[in-house]
Amino acid sequence: MLKSVFYFVIFPGFLFTAVVGLLVSWIDRKVTARVQWRVGPPWWQNFADFVKLLGKETIIPQGTSRFHFITPPLLSISAITLVSTLLWVMLINPHKSFLGDLIVVVYLLMMPAMAVVMGGAASGNPLASMGASREMKLVLGYELPFVLALIVPIIKTDTIRLGEMIRFQAEDGVVIGSWSGIIAFLVAIVCMQAKLTLVPFDIPEAETEIMSGPYIEYSGPALAMFKLTRAMMLFVLPVFLVLVFWGGFGQGSFWSVLLGILKYVVLLVVIVLIRNTNPRLRIDQAMRFFWGLVTGVATLAIILALIGA
Amino acid sequence: MGNRTVIPIGPYHPLQEEPEFFRLWVEGETVVDIDVNIGYNHRGIEKLCELKTYDQIPFVVERVCGICSTSHPLAFVNAVEDLADIEIPERARYIRSIIAELERIHNHLLWVGLAGHFLGYNTVWMWAWRYREPVLDILEKITGNRQNYAMMKVGGVRRDIEDADIPDILRLVDDLVPAVDMFKGAILDDPVLHARLKGIGVLTKEEVHNYGAVGPTARASGVAVDVRRDDPYAAYDLVDWDVVTQEEGDVFAKAVVRVLELYESVKIVKECLERLKKTKGEIDVKVKEIPSGEGIGHAEAPRGEVFHYVRSDGTNRPIRHKIKSPSYTNVPTFKATVIGGTISDATITLAAVDPCYSCTERVAVVDKKTGRRRLNGEDLVRLSQEKTERIKRSMGL
Repeated sequence: MLKSVFYFVIFPGFLFTAVVGLLVSWIDRKVTARVQWRVGPPWWQNFADFVKLLGKETIIPQGTSRFHFITPPLLSISAITLVSTLLWVMLINPHKSFLGDLIVVVYLLMMPAMAVVMGGAASGNPLASMGASREMKLVLGYELPFVLALIVPIIKTDTIRLGEMIRFQAEDGVVIGSWSGIIAFLVAIVCMQAKLTLVPFDIPEAETEIMSGPYIEYSGPALAMFKLTRAMMLFVLPVFLVLVFWGGFGQGSFWSVLLGILKYVVLLVVIVLIRNTNPRLRIDQAMRFFWGLVTGVATLAIILALIGA
Repeated sequence: MGNRTVIPIGPYHPLQEEPEFFRLWVEGETVVDIDVNIGYNHRGIEKLCELKTYDQIPFVVERVCGICSTSHPLAFVNAVEDLADIEIPERARYIRSIIAELERIHNHLLWVGLAGHFLGYNTVWMWAWRYREPVLDILEKITGNRQNYAMMKVGGVRRDIEDADIPDILRLVDDLVPAVDMFKGAILDDPVLHARLKGIGVLTKEEVHNYGAVGPTARASGVAVDVRRDDPYAAYDLVDWDVVTQEEGDVFAKAVVRVLELYESVKIVKECLERLKKTKGEIDVKVKEIPSGEGIGHAEAPRGEVFHYVRSDGTNRPIRHKIKSPSYTNVPTFKATVIGGTISDATITLAAVDPCYSCTERVAVVDKKTGRRRLNGEDLVRLSQEKTERIKRSMGL
């Protein structure tokens, strides 16, 4: 029991994920700044922002349901913490895997987006409800290809246990070693960008259109929770993709762990690159993109996987 | 009939850094109506100008707009020179054109950056503004200021461009061309930008005429209006250049017009500098007095035609000074372009005319008790009719 609490709260759960998440979002900010000929913030900037927000007041708009306004930030942060705990426990010790944990993770990864929809709709601001409706559409858009893409590693490794996936890939080669695997991986990267709501899919919070959308009425610790969730997702989602498609972070030896970190960094660089070389799409364009091209490609990957390519 | 919601853009909004207020009535994501409300920053410039002498006014009108800070003084001195029938020296004409075109270059680069920002493409924003810096450096080298150059005066210009500086300036201007090439490639060939900009906010030729749109807004719809060619001032009839037009009228065409105009501006600046080397003489003529009468002057600001009207009674101050800035006619085109699009399109469409609100501010007098607007259009027509009647009566008609 005490061990589970330790797992959840300290390592590899909340504290670990939060600290690493804030650090990697600093990398994102710094690299973005350098790409844009700016200097960028110091490494502790995100921590300072977070602590500052904690000290502020959470204003609950008049006529808002208190419960529905306050729950979403907590919901999203606990969901992402749970994902991180599950992933890392399995990465460190694949034997702890249980049947269907992949499905649990996919389900939990959707919670932050759902929380944003709920909080945005609850706040009663027209811009927030606009953002919430966009977020809802975006979720509908990317979940289908995301799940389709995840079917490919399931076919390849013939299991829905994350631990088994790691073991299989350690023995028989990584999923992205095959054509179907690499196609599915690319699809998953695009969906990950949307899950992170980064450009070109930052449609729900489009600063210059609807001023942060769902977050507009949030302040203080509640906003801090949302921001922290975003930072943690930037850490957790690539780790999830590395685990499922790229054989995890390796065990034991220093070099395999370093290789694992390198895999994560490659994904982070891809995210930052996409984010800095694209304008924002319109929501209808994003939907057409996900349900048309991306779903089509994902289906192709499944067919290839079934015929063994 | 769907559910109508009001989406406010402004009065303070991260979209544009000026106080402006658009109310978008939306059904879902589709904009069904728009209301434009400006007037948060009225400064009474026209009235101020009536209190200043002809030598002081260029400094005042320079501050009408921070970006078109040479177009307004240029239009004003054109008006006064029209009024007093002053011929300015050729050297001054070249220098005026150089400053005006450098202003156009920095404004268009600024716009490219802002358009990127509005689309969430912050890399373009920062890069465009980075390449705008050398232009401001050139302007600082010539005039001493990055903005508000204080170069125009009735009868000429205030500062000369030294022959020794010209090679340096030419080199800096030449360095701009690769940067512009890069933007042309990055913006005009980007498929995602095509998806976001093509067919969006289309302004037809007919609407351009109806709303009286000017500048790149009109030229992107295939209406080749350009004061520089239609009624040349400064040195525009002495050098060789083309009016850039596009036919489509959408946001993309407006971007194309601006990017291609960068090349024309570079061409004009270079040719003017070359000719400046060969032209010797004064940079201004001494203006002794301004006769009574009226004059009009206009200039092609980066956003379109700036129009100044000056009436003099023979003293050293105008008794009326009227300014019409391009946004005054460009902003109402939102009615034609924004309605029917989505909110995402609305923001970039609003930005596509390169609006400048503080130039456009007009004041309205509201009766506090009744909430009614006083001195609206009808009132002014009535007052004018009454005055005509009075004059008629006094003349015994």
